[in-house]
Amino acid sequence: MKLVPYIQAMVNGLLVGSLYSVIAMGLTIIFGVMRVINMAHGELIMLGMYVAFWAFTLFGLGQMAALLISLPLFLVLGAVIYGGVVSRVERRAGEMGTLLVTAGLSYLLANAAQLVWKANFRSLPSALTARSLFVAGISLNYSLLWAFVAALMLSGFTYLFLIYSDSGRAIRATAQDREAAALMGVQIHRTNMLAFALGTALAGMAGVLLTPVFYVYPYVGRVFLVKAFVVVVLGGMGSVLGASLGGLLLGVVESVASLFISSGYRDAVGLVIFLLVLLFKPSGLFGRSRI
Amino acid sequence: MRGVRNLGLALLGIVLLAVYPLLVSNRFFLHLSIMVLLYALLGMSWNLLGGYTGQISFGHAAFFGTGAYTSTILLLRFGISPWLGMFVGGALAVLLSLPLGWLTFRLRGPYFALSTLAFAEIVRVIVYNWDALTGGGDGLNILTNLGGILRFYYIILALTVAGLLVMRGCVRSRWGYFLNAIREDEDAAEALGVPATRMKVIVLAISAFFVALAGSFFASYQLYINPDLVYESQISIQMIVVTIVGGIGTLEGPAVGALVIVPLSEYFRGLSPVANPLVYGGFIVVFMLFLPEGIVSRVSSLLGRRISTVAEEQKHAGASV
Repeated sequence: MKLVPYIQAMVNGLLVGSLYSVIAMGLTIIFGVMRVINMAHGELIMLGMYVAFWAFTLFGLGQMAALLISLPLFLVLGAVIYGGVVSRVERRAGEMGTLLVTAGLSYLLANAAQLVWKANFRSLPSALTARSLFVAGISLNYSLLWAFVAALMLSGFTYLFLIYSDSGRAIRATAQDREAAALMGVQIHRTNMLAFALGTALAGMAGVLLTPVFYVYPYVGRVFLVKAFVVVVLGGMGSVLGASLGGLLLGVVESVASLFISSGYRDAVGLVIFLLVLLFKPSGLFGRSRI
Repeated sequence: MRGVRNLGLALLGIVLLAVYPLLVSNRFFLHLSIMVLLYALLGMSWNLLGGYTGQISFGHAAFFGTGAYTSTILLLRFGISPWLGMFVGGALAVLLSLPLGWLTFRLRGPYFALSTLAFAEIVRVIVYNWDALTGGGDGLNILTNLGGILRFYYIILALTVAGLLVMRGCVRSRWGYFLNAIREDEDAAEALGVPATRMKVIVLAISAFFVALAGSFFASYQLYINPDLVYESQISIQMIVVTIVGGIGTLEGPAVGALVIVPLSEYFRGLSPVANPLVYGGFIVVFMLFLPEGIVSRVSSLLGRRISTVAEEQKHAGASV
């Protein structure tokens, strides 16, 4: 039996999985803090992908520059979505309302993108994205490798921010017990907004990093939203550490499974895992811990 | 007294709906009426689960598509009439809904909402890849005409009225209390002896059944289906939109919502293919922001009239139990 294809698949899966981790971290932070499932998370990723695509196509800017642009852009976007839509709806219609309104937002953003940028599948030129490094017979795609490093750094920064900064502590406190945190002087509205902005920024930056590897098109968000759901449930809802491990796991499983099954069913692999987790270990593989 | 008056009004409405196509022979209006009734039925079915029970589904397209494909495949393969096949489709949708409900309704938290999306996606992927049975991405063509437009009108009218009666029966009986209790506080409901998981599974099955009937009807009416047409998340979103616009958790809401949304969406579809989904997305956001209770509740509170919101249903149920 030749091992190389399997090792290759695992390595690729690990690299792509690190991006799933970033996406899922964003979703799980927002869920953990305010019990809101952001159905528009996928469309934020889609927007991030378009930012990277246009930054390169129009201005010749690379990934690093696109990341730096997207950070403030998506922080502001997240704060605006929270302040302008989500928090208002939450006040009047509760959790159910936020679920519905973010679903509407998702639909609106995807179709607005379709209107503005057309349904074309776009990608960065392959001269830029197809170069690889070979180590012991395993090929490592440069842009994937760089995305992996960037994703690890993003996850690391996010984790450190949540653990050590005052704002991060406020986020964790709110996630654990909103009333108690409020009584201790945490400003809930501000903390929620910060968490939403952080989650949005992670989605946008993950989108930037995904651009060399995946096609960009208006409905691409749905694919990643479902993956993020799978990872979040896999890692335990609301757990940041679980999300990052779950992302790597999903990446590897998907990649290895695609050696055995036809490509048409590739996306169904994650979904089957999802249902199995719900069946056997609904608290997630890594236990239940709030952020 | 009030019950008698309402019954009279309802009968009058049904008679008007039954007679009107004989007077108005404009084909486009008939088509529009058919679509309004179809979406009213879809909205009602979604509303029973989402509005009354508080379980938000983003995957009802799975049931719609299953109904559409089942009756169409039965017709094309075995020559079974879709008017029979639609009930097979309904039964199949119920069968599909049971494991989904059982899997996710046991769990606390938004697992159901998350799973519905994944579930619909799995079903879509299977239908897309199972070429031999479903024709894959090419879809299925029904080459024979299944009847004139009037016939379709009366069939969807009958289905929608039947749906309304069943929903009304659910909501105005003991079950109405149960569903409402589950929506407001599931733990408290269970503590008081409401079989929460079982109720949710039953309601999901009823909802799936009627959505599948609507799917079969749609396939027979359009004579062409493919996965993008009947399994697309757009279908799930549209059911939600008519419900929100009309009034979530009200009996009349989805019908009113359909009456507002469907003509608008047909109009925008003419302008641009993208404009139509933009309308749906925009309506959810605007209504959730400014009128989350929907048109029905707002209008009746403006008129100072009592309406059958959830709270109101209970009084009726209380009176009749």
